[in-house]
Amino acid sequence: MTRVLVGLGTCGIAAGAEDTLRAVTAKLGAAADGVELARAGCIGMCYREPLVEIRHDDGTRFLYGPIAADRVERLLDEHIGQGKPVAEWLVWSSRGEGSERTFLDRQQRIVLANCGVIDPEVIDDYLAHDGYKAQAKVLADKDPDGLINLIVESGLRGRGGAGFLTGMKWRFTRLAPGPHKYIICNADEGDPGAFMDRSVLESDPHAVLEGMTIAGYAIGADHGYIYVRAEYPKAIERLNLAIKQAEERGFLGDRLQGSDFSFHVRLKEGAGAFVCGEETALIASIEGKRGMPRVRPPFPATRGLWDCPTSINNVETFANVPWIVRNGAPAFNRLGTKDSKGTKVFAMAGKVKDGGLVEVPMGISIKEIVFDVCGGIKNDRKFKAVQMGGPSGGCIPAELQNTVIDYDSINKTGAIMGSGGLVVMDETTCMVDIARFFLEFTQRESCGKCTFCRVGTKRMLEILTRITEGKGQEGDIDLLADLAQQVRNSSLCGLGQTAPNPVLTTIKYFRSEYEAHITNRKCPAHHCAKLLTFTITDDCNGCTLCLKACPTEAITGSRKVKHVIDQELCIVCGECYNACRFDAIIKD
Amino acid sequence: MQAHRKYDFRNQSYAGEQGRLIPLLQQAQEQEGYLSREGLLRIQRESGIPLSQIYGVATFYAQFRLKPVGRHLIRVCHGTACHVSGAIEVTQAISKHLQIGNGETTPDRMFTLETVSCLGCCSLAPALMIGTHTYGNLSPSSVVKLVKKYQKGDHP
Repeated sequence: MTRVLVGLGTCGIAAGAEDTLRAVTAKLGAAADGVELARAGCIGMCYREPLVEIRHDDGTRFLYGPIAADRVERLLDEHIGQGKPVAEWLVWSSRGEGSERTFLDRQQRIVLANCGVIDPEVIDDYLAHDGYKAQAKVLADKDPDGLINLIVESGLRGRGGAGFLTGMKWRFTRLAPGPHKYIICNADEGDPGAFMDRSVLESDPHAVLEGMTIAGYAIGADHGYIYVRAEYPKAIERLNLAIKQAEERGFLGDRLQGSDFSFHVRLKEGAGAFVCGEETALIASIEGKRGMPRVRPPFPATRGLWDCPTSINNVETFANVPWIVRNGAPAFNRLGTKDSKGTKVFAMAGKVKDGGLVEVPMGISIKEIVFDVCGGIKNDRKFKAVQMGGPSGGCIPAELQNTVIDYDSINKTGAIMGSGGLVVMDETTCMVDIARFFLEFTQRESCGKCTFCRVGTKRMLEILTRITEGKGQEGDIDLLADLAQQVRNSSLCGLGQTAPNPVLTTIKYFRSEYEAHITNRKCPAHHCAKLLTFTITDDCNGCTLCLKACPTEAITGSRKVKHVIDQELCIVCGECYNACRFDAIIKD
Repeated sequence: MQAHRKYDFRNQSYAGEQGRLIPLLQQAQEQEGYLSREGLLRIQRESGIPLSQIYGVATFYAQFRLKPVGRHLIRVCHGTACHVSGAIEVTQAISKHLQIGNGETTPDRMFTLETVSCLGCCSLAPALMIGTHTYGNLSPSSVVKLVKKYQKGDHP
């Protein structure tokens, strides 16, 4: 039977996939039998949403996008009715056609293997793709220590950012004494610019659940929690459904698959605090307290949730586990570099042409991801930097684009691997403003427990703000660097310890931009409004649009006569620049 | 108190469970749209958790509001991708159109404007949510059109 799949992740829905689905439903209602409609998650090609896939009995697959509701009629008529694929909308096919095939063909999918392929709301779809086979194998082997050894050998490191060996974390938790043990799945994906976990939870929730049960078996836990951001309603909805289905089929709950092992999973919704991504703060939040971190040690592996040994892993880490159990450690080990094994999922966003989710083997270079997989920079502007690791990470400049993706190489640049947000920046992005943006974020999200994080980030933000407003002073850069060291050294948790990274990396690689702001009062990227001057060129034909837009009446002139901006009155709001239709206003 | 806003903590799943405070607050907020003083007192009476602790948790998390919100909550994403793609301009355009600042509600209680850290749909930057609907690839002019649609009542 031919299947028509509509991608219904959050991005797809925002791009109109629900309208597309309705159109397909209406159309198929009238069409002949032998065609089945299905929903899918997100295949990661966000820049081409909404996506529709047509899958034939013989296994050939055709992916089309963007398919807005008004294109459905023609697509189904031609492809299914007449049997002719619609070449102009085809982005990828299993026969090696399509305009976007490099985007998918350059990837290596382990975590995202099922994303966009199966219907996340139907457990049978997951079962048909080797679902819960890893769980069955683990339950049959009855060898938790061997299982932990397998995960250690695979070299899987925590995908939440810090990169601790997952198997070691499990081993510590297994060895720690306690009346109960817990597994927590950290789905509090708070880094601005990161949406990998959301997509995995929306597109393949059972893989995460299966990974959690395997972790539970390894360490001897009988309860698991998923701590998920409340901002992800679709992920919560699909997880709840997946938990219910898995419980009904005996893959979760009491006596999994008829064995004597029981494992229960509960969902906890976060309440909007970035610091809760830190493990001890997350535990405090699950316990119903203010989400503030505490001193480690003791680590959660010995004293975690309700003082019991607890293993906290990231969504992507869990999603890797079933694959490793099914395929063995060497298969996973083969991918990647010496100390970073497997693949990594990145959320590509910012000024990149083909933004979306990509999964690439470790060891690929930044340049390959940006240019070969994702098509380069939007509007063919000049590539300036990538930001990795969100507010805890840093900016890697274009000169270092040959840096390979592995934990240690990225750390050497001053950034961190982070959870996988990769924001691409071009020549119009001001690096001082980016540093200010992240400091504003960490300053707001600091829980206030440590003085240096609470006050230090505030002082750093004030300095950065005055630099972007043209009030920077000599010595500000050194003052920033000094404060950064103190905040880093005197904070309890990762939030404060890493908060200065965006500032330190931008000073390291883009010091001249800071200096231009401070000494020349200029923003080289023409971004910082307070440092711009607007002037009208001879291209002005006197249409009076800018004159009407100016809120301070700084522009004088009359119809068909070149206008002039009085710099004394100008408040550099940019309204005239936006209003001009003839590119006759330049900002400098 | 109106009938639909009544809730009985003894009859729902979180009562009596460890760590129940945050789900209780989330439910209360879902029903009233914000956490009223009466709502917090009720949680205190029926759960036995001290009010100081309830207030401490309610003010710690960004999700909880102690003031009523407008009928349509506009949450503009200010994540990294949205920031570099013009989220500030989008926010300014809404702000100018509705004559309200960040965190404020229009006098007719129709709209509340908020900026949030990241909605997680970075490839649609700049993006925002109105209620539970997400909109992407906005510009200062397209966002004003969108808000006008809501003002006319022409929305999902």
